[in-house]
Amino acid sequence: MSSTDQNQTVSTEAAPDSVNHEPETHAAPSSKSSGWVVFMFFMIGVVGSLLSGWILFPELLYSKKTQPIDFNHAVHLDNVSDGCESCHYFRDDGSFAGMPDLNSCIDCHEEAQTDDPEEIKFVDEYVTPGIEVPWLNHSKQPDCVFFSHSAHVIGADMSCESCHGDIGTSEHTRVYEENRLTGYSRDIWGHSISRLGKPKAGDPLPMKMNDCAKCHKEETGHKGACFQCHK
Amino acid sequence: MKIDRRSFLTYGTALVLGGAAGSMLSPAPWKLTDDVAIWTQNWPWTPVPEDGEVTYKPSVCTLCPGGCGINVRLVNGRPVKIKGLKDHPVNKGSLCPMGISGLQYLYGPSRVTSPLKREGKRGEGKWKKVSWEEALAAVTGKLAELRANGRPQSLACITGSDQGTIPNLIGRFLTAYGSPNYIRAATAQDAIEQAIYLTQGKQGTPVPDIENANFIISFGSGILDGWGLPGRMFNLYGNQKTPKKIIQVEPRLSDTAAKANQWIGINPGTETALALGLAHVIIKESLYNKDFVENCAFGFDEWTDENGKTHDGFATMAKGYTPKKVSQITGITPAKIKSLARAFARASKPIAINGRGHGAIPGSIDESLAIQSLNALVGNINKTGGISAIPDSNYAKWPEVNIDEIASKGMQQPRIDGAGSEQFPNTRFLLNRLPEIINSAQGESPIQALLVTDANPMYTIPDTTATKKAFDRIPLIVSFSPYMDETASYADYILPNHSYLERLQDVPVAVGISRQVISLAQPVIQPAYDTKHVGDTFIHMAKSLGGFISKAFPWDNYEGFLKEALSDQWRKLKKKGMIEIDHTLPEPMAYTFNTVSTKFEFYPTARNSAKQKEDSALPAYTPVPIEGDTQRFQLVLIPYDSIRLVGGYMANAPFMTKTVDDTVLKKQIGLLEINPTTARGLGLKEGNLALLKTPKGEATVKVHLYEGIMPGIIALPRGLGHTAYSKYLADKGCNTNTLIGSIEDPASGLDMAWGIRAKLTRI
Repeated sequence: MSSTDQNQTVSTEAAPDSVNHEPETHAAPSSKSSGWVVFMFFMIGVVGSLLSGWILFPELLYSKKTQPIDFNHAVHLDNVSDGCESCHYFRDDGSFAGMPDLNSCIDCHEEAQTDDPEEIKFVDEYVTPGIEVPWLNHSKQPDCVFFSHSAHVIGADMSCESCHGDIGTSEHTRVYEENRLTGYSRDIWGHSISRLGKPKAGDPLPMKMNDCAKCHKEETGHKGACFQCHK
Repeated sequence: MKIDRRSFLTYGTALVLGGAAGSMLSPAPWKLTDDVAIWTQNWPWTPVPEDGEVTYKPSVCTLCPGGCGINVRLVNGRPVKIKGLKDHPVNKGSLCPMGISGLQYLYGPSRVTSPLKREGKRGEGKWKKVSWEEALAAVTGKLAELRANGRPQSLACITGSDQGTIPNLIGRFLTAYGSPNYIRAATAQDAIEQAIYLTQGKQGTPVPDIENANFIISFGSGILDGWGLPGRMFNLYGNQKTPKKIIQVEPRLSDTAAKANQWIGINPGTETALALGLAHVIIKESLYNKDFVENCAFGFDEWTDENGKTHDGFATMAKGYTPKKVSQITGITPAKIKSLARAFARASKPIAINGRGHGAIPGSIDESLAIQSLNALVGNINKTGGISAIPDSNYAKWPEVNIDEIASKGMQQPRIDGAGSEQFPNTRFLLNRLPEIINSAQGESPIQALLVTDANPMYTIPDTTATKKAFDRIPLIVSFSPYMDETASYADYILPNHSYLERLQDVPVAVGISRQVISLAQPVIQPAYDTKHVGDTFIHMAKSLGGFISKAFPWDNYEGFLKEALSDQWRKLKKKGMIEIDHTLPEPMAYTFNTVSTKFEFYPTARNSAKQKEDSALPAYTPVPIEGDTQRFQLVLIPYDSIRLVGGYMANAPFMTKTVDDTVLKKQIGLLEINPTTARGLGLKEGNLALLKTPKGEATVKVHLYEGIMPGIIALPRGLGHTAYSKYLADKGCNTNTLIGSIEDPASGLDMAWGIRAKLTRI
């Protein structure tokens, strides 16, 4: 059915002598549909899908997970000498180690140093049996993307915060919202489902391809070529 | 508001349309499109490379005896890439396709993942997983029984090599047990080694200093197709320090021939005649190295023995090989023979090499003798750019083994294969004779138990049917293969070894003139499956057998044995990954030979087989008889080797099969090369299916017309037609060993078959 049908219906009802008639009374006795009712249903559809698309859909798309250990970045940052790089370091060959593995933690945490239940849990469940912590990585990218931390942090002298926000001063881990379809964090798309507006100060930046391209355009004057990242 | 069917449809449609219109203004469809795209990248079967720390572990490739240095790239401890090791003296960074695709042997589905016991009939593929304890107890139980019956000599062991400590450890086991039957496949190296022994009186590994030669006549050796140490040979084609001339003499335009400076097509099997023809020209035109021939050689001219009998000299014999006569035999024009001889003799560093293709078939002793004599004529024995024999190094030492009475009696029995017997005194191994000996034995098989490691005799011994028949007569076959190869799949027990990247092993290789490199293959990864180092398995078996055998193996494991055997060298080897031993002799000693005459013997007086006593011991061209009558089989089939196919005990890695042209293998059918003229005569066209019949077997092939093969000759590649391993390897093409038998050299017993008569009919 198209809008032409609607127009026809409306035009028959809209005869000059029936201007004041209420649409309901006309519609009721016959099986003819009233234009307004049709429109109303149409609008219910529009509003319904807008509400579900904007509110319900993001709720359904992302599952909420908590990190295995409630990690306190602030405490660690206070106790290390080399800032973020103390744990998230560059290897000798320039590649980025990413999430520290158990070996990096074990130097200090072979035994619990405080009576913090999270630290005790960490030692008991991971350090002692020698199991790597299955951290949920908010910045994990698909395998088809090549990204060099060296080029950005060492080469372009960018700070960690400029992309990852102020995670370094957080006292608790935040909820990890995992895309049920892709398995990646909501952070990659950005918290705003519309991708409009800017993230709040201190929040991590979205990391879709367009976000890379936008920054590259601003900083280097060119969005970059496909093979720079998709090798 | 009354809702009838019509209004229901109308309102419903409006609702749906509204929903559709509204959704276009919501993020859902756009976001879902993007997510679905990413979802498709993460399907569980999509391979995702490991991410993590990259490390490198240097080791040595032991897939073939080449001993190339390799550098294995690991991500998070998982090997992901194998490269040639840049500073390794053998290959200097080069690596063959097999070495590069080696990870497929580690991860591939053909691995045997735990000890297995045969359940169904032999070769049926029904196995039961058993524990190591159970498997070892069963095997040693049977071995103990054989010994208790006083027949330790009926145990035989087939291995891939006799170099290094693992083969020596296994040899020690056999000695302590009481069996002389340690057998490995003989290759062209064995024939050349014997020719060197006969002419120089020196036992050792023959090494051509091919890098420093500048004029190479290759009598069918596939320098670029896997001959010698492949990783080493590749470097001949890269940065050449000095320009080289490579002359390839073979009946087929191989990749090596195509890359040579000159390809000389020769009638197959007539290389000896050409070598003697070249000698004729060199002697006649007085182009030989007079200094060497006059001062360091014996038997060049006529000589008289202590009984007063006059013998022909090499020069006298060579007189018979005139260019005209040789031309008739080889099919090469007299002018070409003459010019080749002159160019060879006048080159500053000429060298002649032999061993067809990979060099897997030894060839006749006369052929190797003729070619060694050719090298001696130009005086390039034991010198830069020449040929030398590197003595078996004693870098590893272990205590003598004490044996009991049973073992002593067993060790006094003659070898089952006849090597070292009065008939073949100078030959060390004759695996090719084994099937026939077992098949023709009356009553019980002379071999009651067979251990197979680093070898795949069910695939590699010529005449597969006879081999299978022989193996059927052996009551116990134990394979130590890490892979489900043809022999393993025919075994009663498989006690799987670690794969080559998981095991410790020393690898001695002779490189260049007088130089030996001992490399250490170190595990780059922990064993992935329930496998055991073959050295440990033998030590365990020895300990279970008890008595003197157990005492011969005081070590806890192979590593302990290796450490003790290498003593002070161990630390250096462990640290550097390899040690080099220089065997260079001072000048006068290099030209003093261990023969009776202390000279290089053109007339090999040590050649003392019954026939030679009466006749001349000088090399001569006698046509190698090939099987099949000319009436029924009008064509001649020759197998050929390619670097992209593995013809030996290992099979191709699937990556290698991918590199094979569709003129060699198309889907599951192998292609047979035939000259267009010959094909026309048989009414065959490109791509026709044909039935190939030889006296030994038959196979369905596709016809490939190829100008690069002589008329009347047809060729098939070695290394296809596996029946075991995995679905990625099995049933592709045909195994040439099912079509060709072995032909014994009367002087050495070594296999000298270069082809077989064949018949081709269109189907």
